[in-house]
Amino acid sequence: MARRLTLTGNDAAAEAMRQIDPDVVTCFPITPQTELMHKFADFVADGEVKAEMVLVESEHSAMSAAVGAASAGARVMTATSANGLALMWEIVYIAASNRLPIVMPVVNRALSGPINIHCDHSDTMGCRDTGWIQLYSENAQEVYDNILQAILIAENPDVLLPVMVTFDGFIISHTVEVLDALEDKEASDWVGEYKAMYTLLDTEKPATFGPLDLQDYYFEHKRQQIEGMSNATGVIKSVGKAYEKLSGRAYGMTERYMTDDADYVVVALGSTCGTAKVVVDEMRAEGKRVGLLKIRSFRPFPHAEIVAGLASAKAIGVLDRSVSFGAPGGPVHKEILAALSGTGHQTSIVNYLYGLGGRDISLDHIRSVFEELETVAGKTIAPNEVRFIGLRG
Amino acid sequence: MSERSWKEIPIGGIIEEAGNADSYETGSWRTYRPIWDAEKCIHCLACWIACPDSSILLEDGKMVGIDYAHCKGCGICAFECPDKISALEMVLETDAAAAK
Ligand code: SF4
Ligand code: SF4
Repeated sequence: MARRLTLTGNDAAAEAMRQIDPDVVTCFPITPQTELMHKFADFVADGEVKAEMVLVESEHSAMSAAVGAASAGARVMTATSANGLALMWEIVYIAASNRLPIVMPVVNRALSGPINIHCDHSDTMGCRDTGWIQLYSENAQEVYDNILQAILIAENPDVLLPVMVTFDGFIISHTVEVLDALEDKEASDWVGEYKAMYTLLDTEKPATFGPLDLQDYYFEHKRQQIEGMSNATGVIKSVGKAYEKLSGRAYGMTERYMTDDADYVVVALGSTCGTAKVVVDEMRAEGKRVGLLKIRSFRPFPHAEIVAGLASAKAIGVLDRSVSFGAPGGPVHKEILAALSGTGHQTSIVNYLYGLGGRDISLDHIRSVFEELETVAGKTIAPNEVRFIGLRG
Repeated sequence: MSERSWKEIPIGGIIEEAGNADSYETGSWRTYRPIWDAEKCIHCLACWIACPDSSILLEDGKMVGIDYAHCKGCGICAFECPDKISALEMVLETDAAAAK
């Protein structure tokens, strides 16, 4: 039995965390994540969860405490945004390298400077090579569902990697939406109990965590991480299937929205996918063959699903909400180019940079992308020919 | 050290065997070698307490020498040895080797 709730994205994340009731939650506030942990702290204060909440003096400490607790065998969560994630940076790598299945909602926000608290993806895109799995969410429903699934993905013995569940700052985090949540019992049965493979507290089976690892073994440990990330693709899909059985809501690596026969496809992630779906619906009603390919899992990157989802496209518009300075295009664009290279797929790919620092992207903007795609089909577009949406000329 | 494939080792750099630092001979890192003068030593064990590599060797509560296979040559033992006693002296490893 689903419970229909009306929550902000932050509160939806806190609701998922209440039901998961992790052993340890470490926390340092940063806009726009603050309300998420504020809400969870209420649950702790009201005795609704048993979680040990560790309040620390910085995000570097929040991630360090998470690593310590996870090494001790606890199920651990934390959350952050933008500069907070940047301050965690060193330990973000260590969490993944030590194979600790920490789950962290990240409320996407532009990185300073100049100082800006609004949404773009520069924070988590900067983290794309840290070894964390990254699931992007389109709305509050997906925030909730992704967090519940992230626990099982992270803790899968073939994966054992931390997961970031990202959602757009303010656009999702502070907007009230209707969503369906599981019953408490359903959710706690879903996540089950976590049994760590190694724990610092097991004196019968003592283990050393995070030792010096030089020329002789570091490379082998990185190879293992590559394997864990590669296994994650299958696990994300199987967890998505199991979650669909439980909730009725389907999840995969990508979502193909009317792409099967589409001539023109927009590729995006996050809340912009919701806006793009409205435009796709409108233009389909006008008889235009347009579609949206939404990327849910950016790490691991869904190469096979991307190739399948773009099979019919004559022109593709890739929307990037962060810059890869000095590179030909944004991070998503580069991945799409790499996914299609060597497949023999002939298509025109245009990179659009949008929404930096929370700049709005409207229905009209996305419609004009589709209209531009109609004019470029068949043409060769240089990878560095980036176009800007909503930038004053 | 036997070198195993990535498929054979525990993930994440975990070491499953307790106390296996013993098989890692850190003595080769040494630049300075502590030289112990048994005549001067009063067996106060200040060096034994302070040595970060457990390289001061004891027998029946008395110092008997230094484990050069593990001693990294940090010099803490020589620093901690009471000034009036000075039973430990740090000597350049190359000089110590040449003197042999
Ligand atoms: S030099 Fe350092 S490592 Fe060597 S015995 Fe003295 S204290 Fe121990
Ligand atoms: S500190 Fe000096 S005197 Fe004391 S036990 Fe060590 S070598 Fe001997």
